[in-house]
Amino acid sequence: MSTLTIDKAGPRRKVKYGSMSRDRAWALRWSYFFLTVFAIFSLTPPLYMLITSLKSSAEISAATNPWWVYHPTLENYIQLLTSNQFLRFFWNSAWVSIIVVTITMLISVPAAFALARMKFWGSATLATGVFLTYLIPDSLLFIPLFKTFALIGDWTGIQLINRWYVLLFIYPTLTVPFCTWIMIGYFASIPKELDEAAIIDGASWFQTLTRIFIPVALPGLIAATIFAFTVSWAQFLYPMVFTTSTDQLVLPVGIITTLIKGDVFNWGQIMTGALLGAAPPLIIYAFLMDYYIAGLTAGATKG
Amino acid sequence: MADVVFQERRVAHRPSVGKRSSLHYALKRKSTVAFLMALPLILLVALLVVYPALYSLHLATLNKSMTKFIGLGNFEFLFKRDTFWLVVKQSCIFAISAVIFKALIGFIVAHFVHNVPANKQRRWRGMLLVPWVIPPAMSTLAWLWLFDPSYSAFNYTLSFFGIGPIPWTGDAMWARFSVILVNVWYGAPFFMIMYLAALKSVPDQLYEAAAIDGANWWQRIWYVTLPMMRNIIAITTLFSLIVTFANFDIVRILTAGGPLDHTHIFATWAFRVGIEGSDIPLGASVSLFMVPILAVAAIFILRDISKRGNEA
Repeated sequence: MSTLTIDKAGPRRKVKYGSMSRDRAWALRWSYFFLTVFAIFSLTPPLYMLITSLKSSAEISAATNPWWVYHPTLENYIQLLTSNQFLRFFWNSAWVSIIVVTITMLISVPAAFALARMKFWGSATLATGVFLTYLIPDSLLFIPLFKTFALIGDWTGIQLINRWYVLLFIYPTLTVPFCTWIMIGYFASIPKELDEAAIIDGASWFQTLTRIFIPVALPGLIAATIFAFTVSWAQFLYPMVFTTSTDQLVLPVGIITTLIKGDVFNWGQIMTGALLGAAPPLIIYAFLMDYYIAGLTAGATKG
Repeated sequence: MADVVFQERRVAHRPSVGKRSSLHYALKRKSTVAFLMALPLILLVALLVVYPALYSLHLATLNKSMTKFIGLGNFEFLFKRDTFWLVVKQSCIFAISAVIFKALIGFIVAHFVHNVPANKQRRWRGMLLVPWVIPPAMSTLAWLWLFDPSYSAFNYTLSFFGIGPIPWTGDAMWARFSVILVNVWYGAPFFMIMYLAALKSVPDQLYEAAAIDGANWWQRIWYVTLPMMRNIIAITTLFSLIVTFANFDIVRILTAGGPLDHTHIFATWAFRVGIEGSDIPLGASVSLFMVPILAVAAIFILRDISKRGNEA
C-alpha cells in the first residue's frame, strides 16, 4: 500500500522506496511469526486430543512425554466404535441435528421471505423481535422450559422429559431466530425487479419463493443450514437438563457422563470420544469454510 | 398453501369493475399470506421463548416446593448468601476480562492475517478459526486433560523451564485464570473473523492518504482503522458480552464451579441450585440476574439497527 504511494512519487525518492519495502518485508516476517504462535495456541487442544486418542491406557499412566506417541494404537477407536452405547449417542446426536435443521429451515425460510418482502401489520417489529430473541441465552430459559415440560407431562400424561425428542422442540429456539435473521438479510439484498417480474408473469408468492428467492439466496441458505447444524450438534446445556438416561443422551453429554466414571478418568477414550464428537462440524468446516464464515459474519454485517 | 393462494387470485381478478376494492382485497390477501408464512415463527417465539421468560419471573416468586407465593423472598435469601455475591463477582470478572482479551487478541490477529499476501490468508484463517468450530464441550475436555493435576502436559513442558507444577484447576485464582483462558481460546477466533471482514471493507485509499500525510502505524490504526470499524467492534463486543455472561459449558466441564464455588457463574450456579438441587424457583431467580446486562446490550443493539435502517 504505502510502497505504491511512494512509487507514484517518482524516481527521485528511490532510496526511500527501498527502505520502505524492507520495512514491509520485516513486517511480513513478524506477521508470520506471530501467526505461527497463535496457530500453535489454537491447534494445541485438538492436536493433543489426537495424540492422546492414539495412546493405550498403559502408556498414558506411564507418564512418558505427553506430546509424543511411542506406541500408536487404534484400540480406543475400536472400543468406542464397537460400543453400542457410544453409537447410540452418535445416532441420537445425528437424528436430533438433522431433524432440527429441517424444522429450522421449514420455519425460518418462509418467515424470512414474509418479513423481507411481504410487509404486514407488525412485520418490522417482528423482524427486530426475532433478532432480540436470538440474544436471549439458553442459560436464562432452561429452568422455566424444564418446569413447563414437566407440567405438560403432569397434565397430559405425555412424558417429554428424559426423551431425546424433547430436544426437537427446544433446539429451534436457538437456531430459528438467527437463521431467520440472516435469511432476511439475504432476501432483502435480492433486487425487487426480480420478484416483481415473477409476479407479473403470474407466479404466486409461493412460486416466487421456491423458484426465485431460494435459488438466488442459496449461499445464504447453505450458511444458515451449517449454522443450525453446528449449534444443534454442539448444544450442551439443554440435553444436560432434559435427558438423563444413558439411552437418551446426545454425544457431548454422553461422553461427559458415561466416560468420566467417578475418579477414574479413562483419558484415552475420553479424548477419542471428544475427537469423534468434534469431527462432523470440523469436516463440514473443512469443505464449506467460505459458507461457514459467511454465516458467521452475516449476523453483524447484513440486515 | 400455494393452491389456495392461486385460487383466491383468480377469483380476485375476475371482477374488473370496482378496481379499488379488488386492489384493496389483494393487499389484504398479501398480508394474510405473509402472516401465515410467519406464523410458525411467531408461535415458536411466543411459546418457547417469550412465555418461558415471563414464566421464570413468576417462578422466582414461589417457594421451594412451588406451592406458595413468597414475593421477593428468594431474592432476599440470595442477597444474604456469600456464595451469591461470589457468583456475581466471578461472573463480572469472567465476562469482562474474557471479552477484553478476546477483542484484543482478535484485533491483533486480524491485522496479522490482513498483512500476509491474499493467497495465503485463507490457510491462516482456516487454522485460526478451528477453536470456534469444535463444540466447546468437546474442546473443554481437551483443556481439562491438559490441566490434569497429575498428568498435565502443560506442567510437563513448564518443568523444563524450572516452573513448578501449577494447580490449574485446583487453586481458586488459577482456576479463575483457566476458565478465562479457555473462553478466550474459544472466542477469540470469532472476533478475528469479524474484524478481518471489517478490515477488508476499509478502502485502501484512506490508508494511502494517511501515508502521504505522514501518519505512522499507530496514527493509521487510531484515526483510520478504528473509526471505520467502530460499528463492527461495538456489535461484536456486545454480542460476545451476552454470550460470555451466559456461558455454561466451559465452566461446568472445567471446574464445575469449584474449588469451593470460586468459579461459579450465573448459568452454572443456576443449574447447580435449580436442577441438581431441585430448588427450581431459586435457580430461576439466579438466572434472572442475567437480564440487566441483556437489557443494556439489547438497547444498544436496537439503537444500532434503527440507525442502520435510517441510513438505508
